[in-house]
Amino acid sequence: MEPLVVSMLDRIVGTKKLEANGHLPLDADLITDSAQLASRGSAWEAVQAARNIKRPHTLDLITRIFDRFQELHGDRGFRDDAAIVGGIAELEGRPVVVVGEQKGASTEENIQRNFGMPHPEGYRKAIRLYRLAEKFHLPLITFVDTPGAYPGPEGEERGQAEAIARAIFTMTRLETPIVVVILGEGGSGGALALAIGDVVLALQNAIYSVISPEGSAAILWRSPAEAERAAKAMRLAGPDLLDLGVVDALIPEPPGGAHADHEATAKAVKTALVAQLAKLERVSVADLLSSRYERFRAFGAYADPGAGTAPPPATHWWSRLPKMLGIDRP
Amino acid sequence: MPFGRKPKEFPDHLWTKCPNCGEMLFNKQLARNQNVCTKCEHHFRLGARERIEALVDKGTFIEQDTALSSGDPLTFTDSKPYPERIAAAQAKSGEKDAAIAGSTSIGGNPVELVVMDFEFMGGSMGSVVGEKITRAAERAFIERRALVIVSASGGARMQEGTLALMQMGKIVSALARLDEAGVPFVSVITDPTTGGVLASYASLGDLIVAEPGALIRFSGERVTSGTVGEKLPIGFGRSEFLLEKGFLDQIVPRAQLRDRLAFFLTAFRAGSQDMQWSL
Repeated sequence: MEPLVVSMLDRIVGTKKLEANGHLPLDADLITDSAQLASRGSAWEAVQAARNIKRPHTLDLITRIFDRFQELHGDRGFRDDAAIVGGIAELEGRPVVVVGEQKGASTEENIQRNFGMPHPEGYRKAIRLYRLAEKFHLPLITFVDTPGAYPGPEGEERGQAEAIARAIFTMTRLETPIVVVILGEGGSGGALALAIGDVVLALQNAIYSVISPEGSAAILWRSPAEAERAAKAMRLAGPDLLDLGVVDALIPEPPGGAHADHEATAKAVKTALVAQLAKLERVSVADLLSSRYERFRAFGAYADPGAGTAPPPATHWWSRLPKMLGIDRP
Repeated sequence: MPFGRKPKEFPDHLWTKCPNCGEMLFNKQLARNQNVCTKCEHHFRLGARERIEALVDKGTFIEQDTALSSGDPLTFTDSKPYPERIAAAQAKSGEKDAAIAGSTSIGGNPVELVVMDFEFMGGSMGSVVGEKITRAAERAFIERRALVIVSASGGARMQEGTLALMQMGKIVSALARLDEAGVPFVSVITDPTTGGVLASYASLGDLIVAEPGALIRFSGERVTSGTVGEKLPIGFGRSEFLLEKGFLDQIVPRAQLRDRLAFFLTAFRAGSQDMQWSL
């Protein structure tokens, strides 16, 4: 068996670097190791909890966490997408830019919010707000909560893939601190477009996956009914994400889960945000960008047993003729 | 029918029927024409090795990171364990994973080239594909050589879970640095390119070109149709549609791809040389 380089296990590279620079460690209120959890719960329970319609959604938390929040609208190109909200707010007196995916708490509201599935213009609004944060040196806070980007034909027509790619691209080099919090569902690329950050946190029962359990079941098990099995295999629950290093820490939820107590959940998120931003704001932009690069650079599980360069294929002898005759150089 | 005329036979290993015009194509002739139908110019898929052969200056391709092979970070099992799937795909294709990377030149322009292979687990992007592309982008960054990626992929590799998703962040981080350094990146999209590959590097080229008739879509056919509950119009999410909607610079037939890339890369190189002289 070849040695396996599991570099992703050397997790939170970014945060580690900051600690080495003499900054505070991750605060004690957070779960940074899955061993800290008394019980893990099943993957399917996490999926159910993350999708609970009574769970606090982005605006529920924004109104409780920030002193003032002024929502900003529109992508300046097509329309305002209600599945992504964003604006300027104050966190304990410090102005920040907040962007988050917004689900509804009722069927009616969910129709208005498109069940938290953004269209391309939603991601373009997010990009506009990212740039705004950078320009005015405001820290960026994002809340991730989406089943995925809207997969319908209108989205395709307006460049869903391009909008997501551009959002990821913008975040990777954004010259301001970014803290990401995964609140409920982190659905694939539609989530990643808000989830490139210096610190990536998740609520304890949040999930984050490359495809929905139903989608994975339909493709790999050829039956959507196998979603429960797929959820387990995909390792999408909070403790798994910690083990994989995909998130840096989990924010503990109140007893009974986040949906049981919005106030307490908001308080826990706020504490985490304040602590993380206090640390990040002491880091230079150049250091932020290089640790952000290293954080994502480290992900991957592969074996690399050798030097791994193959020689160029042998060419016909007559192509070497000029060299043999010494006429290859003018 | 002892007296009837014997029907003309087209054994599969010798002949391929064009799905577009129905013409029976002699396999050898099809291969010689870079897997393009000689009658209607329908573009069949092309393997990664054949693609490299067709694109690069002869004898210049030095393959990089040949030894990289996939781990099994989730110990993932569906109907088969993931390592078995990898082993089967490796045995079938003779490749380690779904992308081949190398340093080469196209029309005399130094290039870091990555070509994806749809035949290997649907060209899905896991840690190995992510690492190969990131390393290629980093080589391009350090040595200021252009980066060309030829995509053909169903998207992120489900068997690697969120780590496959993180490859998008990893690759795009490297591309963003390349962009700041002013090094060109050309994305070539071939049939089919969907999901996480399209939603990351394939959509981020300084130039984005596609082959004719390629399926280029964020969501798979079933996902989109399932969501809207109706059949999509013919040609939806094909190259021509994307060109019309403004997401491609050009559609380039396979026979012209190499010359077209050479033209663009030469132009970029001339531009950046001018800049050096003026400094």
